[in-house]
Amino acid sequence: MKKVNDSKRTYMLITIPILALFVCFNTVPLIRGVIYSFTNFKGFGDYDWVGLRNYMDLFTDPRIGNSYLFTIKLAIVATIVTNVISLILALGLNSKIKGKTFLRAAYFVPNVLGALVVGYIFQYIFTYILPELGKMIGSETLSTSMLSSTSLAWIAIVVVCAWQNIAMNTIIYISGLQTVPEDVYEAGDLDGATGWKKFRYLTFPLIIPFFTINMVLCVKNFLMVFDQIMAMTQGGPAQSTESISHLIYQNGMEGGSFGYQSANAVVFFIVIVVISVAQMSISSKKEEQL
Amino acid sequence: MYEKMKARVNWPITILLFIGLLTIAFPLYMAIVIAFKQPSEMTTSISGILSLPELWSLSNFAQAMEVTDFWRSLGNSLLVTVATVLLSIVLHSLMGFAVGRNKAHSRFYNFVYLFIVSGMFVPFAILMMPLAKQTAEMHLANWAGVILLYVVFYMPMNLLLYTGYLVNIPIALEEAARVDGASTWRTFWKIIFPIMKPMHATVAVITALAVWNDVMTPLVIMAGSGQNTLPLAQLTFQTQFGTNYNLAFASYLLALIPIIIFYVICQKQIINGVVNGAVK
Repeated sequence: MKKVNDSKRTYMLITIPILALFVCFNTVPLIRGVIYSFTNFKGFGDYDWVGLRNYMDLFTDPRIGNSYLFTIKLAIVATIVTNVISLILALGLNSKIKGKTFLRAAYFVPNVLGALVVGYIFQYIFTYILPELGKMIGSETLSTSMLSSTSLAWIAIVVVCAWQNIAMNTIIYISGLQTVPEDVYEAGDLDGATGWKKFRYLTFPLIIPFFTINMVLCVKNFLMVFDQIMAMTQGGPAQSTESISHLIYQNGMEGGSFGYQSANAVVFFIVIVVISVAQMSISSKKEEQL
Repeated sequence: MYEKMKARVNWPITILLFIGLLTIAFPLYMAIVIAFKQPSEMTTSISGILSLPELWSLSNFAQAMEVTDFWRSLGNSLLVTVATVLLSIVLHSLMGFAVGRNKAHSRFYNFVYLFIVSGMFVPFAILMMPLAKQTAEMHLANWAGVILLYVVFYMPMNLLLYTGYLVNIPIALEEAARVDGASTWRTFWKIIFPIMKPMHATVAVITALAVWNDVMTPLVIMAGSGQNTLPLAQLTFQTQFGTNYNLAFASYLLALIPIIIFYVICQKQIINGVVNGAVK
């Protein structure tokens, strides 16, 4: 009996302090954020309760609307681009090629580099090198910097986000492809399945769990995009590439609308939870069907 | 049959993949070339942009190191990363043990588990403003605060990993130790902690990469402290000297070199760690 009590106490002594740490730096600030969202707090000094006014204002604020549109557009396009390219790369890297180890390691490099510095390097490429290339091939649209165009800057952000995330997704797809047993293909060969058909009906259904992981990772990463924006456009030109995280940082931390951006952050939090839960329930249904 | 399949190399795909590598190599090549050039060598023509520097001089690097206070930033980054990884391994594996061994039969532990794991959905954007205030009030607006925050931020993910791994460790091992008179605490350190070694590697890799490259947390928490981490130094550098590209790129390369060295040495562990973390 003494033994059982000893182990119970040990478990408690481990759990309570660590749980307290988590509550202190995760739950408490979360609750404080929600509380601030009902005030006109500037980040310093006195503040008043304003009820739901911040939330009402959010829905009529074009800047907020734009940042949601941009972030969601980026997340959707970048997720599709990243997954298509990574899947093709993974199929290539999983086939019978020379220098497999080297190629796999090399394609993974972007994943370990810091997004901020990568953003700076690409900013230079988009500002100086691409326009020169555009002039050389006589393209009107490419001859000026994409980053200074309100209609094209977001594409540059997609490129950078995809460039880094492809590395991670490819590796995950490869580990998925390795779980597909060789005899599945042999059976497929006997049935005369080739190329696209083989992929569509044999390979892809077997790696759907990995597809799910990649979708969840991508959408979450891209919705929270910050470093790349900070490095490449600072949200410009004319706020056309202002992501939600960047807007909250810019206005809430530096612009003095702490309370208002807290309301924005609360809405953003709800959006993330809804999307994540929806994604997971859809994919778990799909997996069941198979 | 197997021999024959192994021998047949798919050359078209091999060649395509090597060509595709250019998309990875090109930005890095640009960074290296520009970092070595002098401002007078910077032209706008394509051949001028792509050409190698006339002189492989390290002067840009020396100057960049001085301006960004490179060694101190590097030291801070190393300190924050190493401390976070060590604390995460110890605290998160302990938590994984306590929660994982009890959540099946205890509603309290099951609640704690779900409560912490659901922290994964909390975006930093909602925490950053209250945390900036809170850390300032607690006198933690410095690297110590940043480390504490990281230990909290990566807890949901790591707890999930450790409890998942614990399922595969038979309880019989602990019971045997208990029969021999070892306390639960001792059992953890002598038996469970060593068995968890593969998971420690995974946790270390994921946490280290994320911490090393993170900009937002140090930016929000220690911006006023006069201390820098390596990425944060690039950010301040950019706002001050952004127009001198040669100096800037020397500084960016310096910021990339440590992680590239780390990757070249432990690429296998890194790739395995990242895959394990994502798949589990």
